[in-house]
Amino acid sequence: MLVCITSKGPTPENPVEERFGRSPYFLFKDTEGGDWSSVANKFADAAGGVGPRAAQTVIDKGAHVLITGNIGGNALPVIQAAGIEIYQYRDSGTAGEAFQKYVEGQLKKFS
Amino acid sequence: MRLVIASGKGGTGKTLVAANLAASLAAEREIVLADCDVEEPNLHLFFPSEEETLPVMTDVPEFDNSRCTKCGKCGEFCQYGAIVVLKDRIMFFPEMCHGCGGCEIVCPEGAISLKKRPIGHVAFSAPRERIILVTGVMNEREVMSPHVIRETLAYTAGHPLIICDAPPGTACPLVETLEGADACVFVTEPTPFGLHDLKLAAGVAEVLGIPSGVVINRSMGDDEIIREFCQSRNLPVLMVIPFDREIAVAANSGDLVIEKIQGMKTRFIELFEKVRALPGVE
Amino acid sequence: MMLQVAVLSGKGGTGKTVVTAALSDILPGRKGFADCDVEAANLALLLGPREKSRIPFFGLKKATVQKEICQECGLCTGVCHFGAIRQDPSGIITIDPIRCEGCAVCREACPAGAISLSDHQNGEIILADTDHGPLVYAELHPGSGNSGLLVHEVKKVALKESDGRDLLIIDGPPGIGCPVISTLSGINAAIFVTEPGIAALHDLRRLVAVSAGFSLSSFVVINRADLHPGFAKEIELFCKEKGIPVIGKIPFDPTVIESVREGVPVTRRECAASHELKNIGRRLMEELLHEPGRSG
Repeated sequence: MLVCITSKGPTPENPVEERFGRSPYFLFKDTEGGDWSSVANKFADAAGGVGPRAAQTVIDKGAHVLITGNIGGNALPVIQAAGIEIYQYRDSGTAGEAFQKYVEGQLKKFS
Repeated sequence: MRLVIASGKGGTGKTLVAANLAASLAAEREIVLADCDVEEPNLHLFFPSEEETLPVMTDVPEFDNSRCTKCGKCGEFCQYGAIVVLKDRIMFFPEMCHGCGGCEIVCPEGAISLKKRPIGHVAFSAPRERIILVTGVMNEREVMSPHVIRETLAYTAGHPLIICDAPPGTACPLVETLEGADACVFVTEPTPFGLHDLKLAAGVAEVLGIPSGVVINRSMGDDEIIREFCQSRNLPVLMVIPFDREIAVAANSGDLVIEKIQGMKTRFIELFEKVRALPGVE
Repeated sequence: MMLQVAVLSGKGGTGKTVVTAALSDILPGRKGFADCDVEAANLALLLGPREKSRIPFFGLKKATVQKEICQECGLCTGVCHFGAIRQDPSGIITIDPIRCEGCAVCREACPAGAISLSDHQNGEIILADTDHGPLVYAELHPGSGNSGLLVHEVKKVALKESDGRDLLIIDGPPGIGCPVISTLSGINAAIFVTEPGIAALHDLRRLVAVSAGFSLSSFVVINRADLHPGFAKEIELFCKEKGIPVIGKIPFDPTVIESVREGVPVTRRECAASHELKNIGRRLMEELLHEPGRSG
């Protein structure tokens, strides 16, 4: 399962970004193992339409799970339509810690 | 002549001036009164009447699923993030679309065509003799106010005397209203807020080269800060409306002050004569 | 987490900035401020800012033609949906930056590759300090578009400047369009300042309809409430019907104008309006701490 986490920086030591569409980075990690990868969100500072475009980025990478704080009204239906499960993370930990919590089944599913 | 009543700062009395000026002049001539404050149109509150409406439309893409291969080119092209392409379907966000038609051009399959979507309407009424009121109204949650203003003004084109109530602010909606106008009256109040916003709005009229003058509203006698600025920019003060509870109550109730307060009508007619005498006004 | 509270009104001139400045003066805790009425930013006039720095603001990218490459075929004029491109009789193409919305259709259509999209500065964001905390506001160049985007940028800078504080107080723009939607997004609470008048009530209804799409707590303050008791009553009925608490009724008070002329929050004076604004601040804090909106 490929997990995407919104993050303030390009590595798992960085804190989780609470906003989805304007997250500076999207980090990816497979639950089956392998390395972390990251994509800079080129629309983080765009004029508008950031939610759907961020969703397109996450979908194109083939994520199955998304971990973030808040997801906007435009991105939400896109992520849901793509069949990606959303888990909410509202603490101030790092992306790596959020991933660990997800693996341990400690995160709340967003519905 | 198309005369715009503008202000920069909201709530200085634009609508009060536009409504009373139009009603004063209508004794002698035909007037089209255009409400270009399409986010919050208020002129109609002074002129309640039966309305006919026409929709304001914008272009949006329509996707032909039988042709679409989900290649993603349209989503990539869209500068506004209005199109997301999933494996099995397209998701489109009409309120983010600016109607540029780019997706139709880039689609290699010819699967996109443009159709119309309403974003507001223009209301027409004839509330009193010799006044036609044209009101632009943008739908709630829409953002393309300049487009609604453009369509509203298009219906007034060619009329000999058009008075426009402008939107507040100094950005694209004001530019859309001012562009091509023959004269502009800025309504301001003698406070640091009024002065600050008058400076900005007068800057827009200057850029567009539109002859302008100023009405000072809610004057308490001491209008030096406004007058100094007007003098420095060569903006004539065309009228001073005193700070008066009676005027405030009339305006708040949707009444015309020219019908409540003696002598006001003559003063609005004088205002119009002064506008006509502004240098550069035909 | 920091609470974000915006003051809006629909109709302009109802007293948004006076209320914002008063709340800035009296609300407890560590505060930061943003003026999102970027087309007519007035909050700074009441908070006595000491300017620290300025950041240029670039709006949407705009199309520009490279005259040396352009073959003057005129295709671009036909595809532009915004009437931004004109060709003069001698063939020269010009693109009006005010009308251009940066959609890139002309660039796509140009067979010579003569059109590109480039950054276009249309204002500045100003960072300042006040006695109560950092203030971020903006100056939009006259006639520029994209004020909704500038609102977003002002908020972003203000959030950064106010990092670690308890409260961000935002002076909002009038209307219900793009700048208002940018202001409403992501905030915890909105205060709608209205006045007892036919226009203000009409505009309040539209603003409430727009804000209903956002998850935030909203409150109403009726300014100059005694000017027209009939409309004041009507506003209260409307708020009751919509479930929006009316947290204050400020009486008409000439001291308000005097304080604006002096350039200070009215709460620095002893008067009826100041007294009620202090009550409003107290009620607002009770409501916010009781119901912390989306941050909970």
